[in-house]
Amino acid sequence: MTDNITLRVARYRPDDGETEPTTADYDVPLRADWAVLDGLNYIKDELDGTLSYRWSCRMGICGSCGMMIDGEPRLTCATFLTDLRPGPVRIEPLANFPVIRDLIVDLTDFMHKLGKVKPWLIRDEERSVDDGEYLQTPAQLDEFKQFSMCINCMLCYAACPVYGLENSFVGPAAIALAHRYDLDSRDEGDRQRLTILAQPDGVWDCTFVGECSAACPKGVDPAGAIQQAKLDAVKSILMPWRSR
Amino acid sequence: MSLSHDVVIVGAGGAGLRAAIAVAEADPRLSVAVVSKVYPMRSHTVSAEGGAAGAISAADSLDEHAYDTISGGDWLCDQDAVEAFVAEAPRELLRLEHWGCPWSREPDGHVAVRAFGGMKKKRTWFAADKTGFHLLHTLFQTSLKYPNITRYDEWYVSRLIVDDGRVCGVVALELMSGTIETILGRAVVIATGGGGRVFPFTTNAAIKTGDGMALAYRAGAPLKDMEFVQYHPTGLPFTGILITEAARAEGGWLLNRDGYRYLQDYDLGKPEPGPVLRSMELGPRDRLSQAFVHEMTKGRTIDSPYGPVVHLDLRHLGEKVIDAKLPMVRELCRGYERIDPVHELVPVRPVVHYMMGGIHTDLTGATGLPGLYAAGETACVSINGANRLGSNSLPECLVFGARAGQAAARYATTAARPGRAVEAQGADERRRLDDDLLHRGDGPDRISALRGQMQSILEDVAGIYRDGDSLTKATDKLRELKERAATAAIDDTSRRFNTERVAGLELAGMVELAECIVHSALRREESRGAHQRTDFPERDDRQFLAHSLAHREPDGSPRVSRLPVTITRWPPGKRVYGR
Repeated sequence: MTDNITLRVARYRPDDGETEPTTADYDVPLRADWAVLDGLNYIKDELDGTLSYRWSCRMGICGSCGMMIDGEPRLTCATFLTDLRPGPVRIEPLANFPVIRDLIVDLTDFMHKLGKVKPWLIRDEERSVDDGEYLQTPAQLDEFKQFSMCINCMLCYAACPVYGLENSFVGPAAIALAHRYDLDSRDEGDRQRLTILAQPDGVWDCTFVGECSAACPKGVDPAGAIQQAKLDAVKSILMPWRSR
Repeated sequence: MSLSHDVVIVGAGGAGLRAAIAVAEADPRLSVAVVSKVYPMRSHTVSAEGGAAGAISAADSLDEHAYDTISGGDWLCDQDAVEAFVAEAPRELLRLEHWGCPWSREPDGHVAVRAFGGMKKKRTWFAADKTGFHLLHTLFQTSLKYPNITRYDEWYVSRLIVDDGRVCGVVALELMSGTIETILGRAVVIATGGGGRVFPFTTNAAIKTGDGMALAYRAGAPLKDMEFVQYHPTGLPFTGILITEAARAEGGWLLNRDGYRYLQDYDLGKPEPGPVLRSMELGPRDRLSQAFVHEMTKGRTIDSPYGPVVHLDLRHLGEKVIDAKLPMVRELCRGYERIDPVHELVPVRPVVHYMMGGIHTDLTGATGLPGLYAAGETACVSINGANRLGSNSLPECLVFGARAGQAAARYATTAARPGRAVEAQGADERRRLDDDLLHRGDGPDRISALRGQMQSILEDVAGIYRDGDSLTKATDKLRELKERAATAAIDDTSRRFNTERVAGLELAGMVELAECIVHSALRREESRGAHQRTDFPERDDRQFLAHSLAHREPDGSPRVSRLPVTITRWPPGKRVYGR
């Protein structure tokens, strides 16, 4: 006989006239190898087909299934039910985002910000593919590697108190991504990106709480990226000849 | 009023994004729509781990890559397609490098390559063991710089619009609002990936429901070689999460319950301490998965709560190699199995991983329907034949994504704008979907239950070994299941982000794909690559050196015809590994 655990799930269906989120309790089997996502899938398949949430890869790489679990931003596919005993386990949509329904938040704002920081390789002169690769040593790769590991799961935005107060802030993941390209030895676009990040709502909004880096499930350090970008911004003002 | 673009791309993974960039670069005046049921960075390309093959080293050659691919595919590959593929793969991978992909490097700064299953030379480019993740994010981030690409994120395409035999747009459901819109295009490219979710135990993500294959099939484009379903030999039990072949390429061993490297008993070579190319653990996936079944029959596998397993042993590689070359393997084992491969054996079993078959296309990605193109796993060109080699799928997305994008751009430049008549088709589909949503509350079956039944039928009859009797019985069961799926209950009547409604639409398509798989498997009375018939255990080139084409008949059932394989320079031979 398997034990059960109660999932206390936020529900919100504005189409059905709801103006406020409510919660619903569902008992799901407490199995040793079940993640919270397995519990949600059990609800969807066996108990209540109307529950809506996003998920896909169930291996912590697609970034779809971020939610608040007992008040903390987590990937539901990588958070295990047995670690949340005895329950009830509170499952809510990611904080700091508008809720579309149930556990699904609106990411439109982030998608817009991502494009604004120019997250692509910028070269003064593009080399032809016929001339082979841009050389990059393992050490040069290590310079930016960790900042390229972001899966856009939005946990850092849900954790960020600044974004919670003022969502015009570019935010941790987008800044970390800009920083990733700035640090790439093949890239020559740091000045263009710095101009964007040094604007109001850019890096200076960050009060260095560091919650973003603590929330990241992939070991990216957005807080570090933001501090580095602040330094770069200062340097470019004080020593303009030093930036490309 | 319909939305309108020059080229509409359905799917935003590796092939779809590469196609979008190809169109955008072909002519900046062309307007490109990228329509995907998930945000681009959620696409399943993200889960690919081990690498991407492209011959670059001085010791390697295009012909060797071609031969490995063709013999790996048990001579069912179209060799003209393979020749184009191996020739263009290195350039595509270099282009990704120029766009910023963080490929792993040699100390001198050149791109590094690793060994992979079925490949005689080291030619697999990799970004640690998160190659698909980096490839997808590089493509997505690069796509953001083209102003002529418009994305429709989280839109589910329910139908292709065909006017006078020509494909000229799609009807799609915007998930966030629940509104249904017609998106017109002079050309449409399908790049929606495979459909591994028709099986119960798969490495494939939840979104891998074969939507694009079903769209094309219903619009009149045949599906090719659907009986060829690849089982990857090393999935984690319960979750089905993939442990990359790179784990074996770096030197991992497969052990049975006696700690014995059992592959030596299956004509795959003799065990050496280090990895040997095209030998033992670096044999092709079909042969390794078949060997597992034989070990199971002999009682030499290990029992686990989720069925029999064997062990993947990485311990002798040491922590340093594992962390440098296989960090994700360690992360996944720790996270999902709570074991550390540095010190412990990893339980693995074969798991449905990839569909060699798909929408029948020519070398440009064109289907038989004017205006319709396809690329990536959803398509079948075919470079994978009866068994795909590891690390050929990512470059396939790039090479044929680019080709399909370029061909669609050319077609769109000359094709006329879709006529007014197509608006009526859009309205019809909107009515159908709305009626469907509002009148399914009291259906007798649940979507999840029917999906489960479909999956177990497929696992029972279309697994690693098949036979005619079981396949025949399954055709009846699937026909009945298809009728029930059409009336399965949808409890959720909200328009806004109705995932149950989408699941109903996905299920209807998946059952049709399941029928194509079973009917094609039944007609192929031979054993080749991933298709093994216990009642026809030999390869039969006289009758079956041919592709299967599944056509949808007016009554909705599949009719299977044959199409000869294109042989250019490599006549059919024996597949030899380990010797």
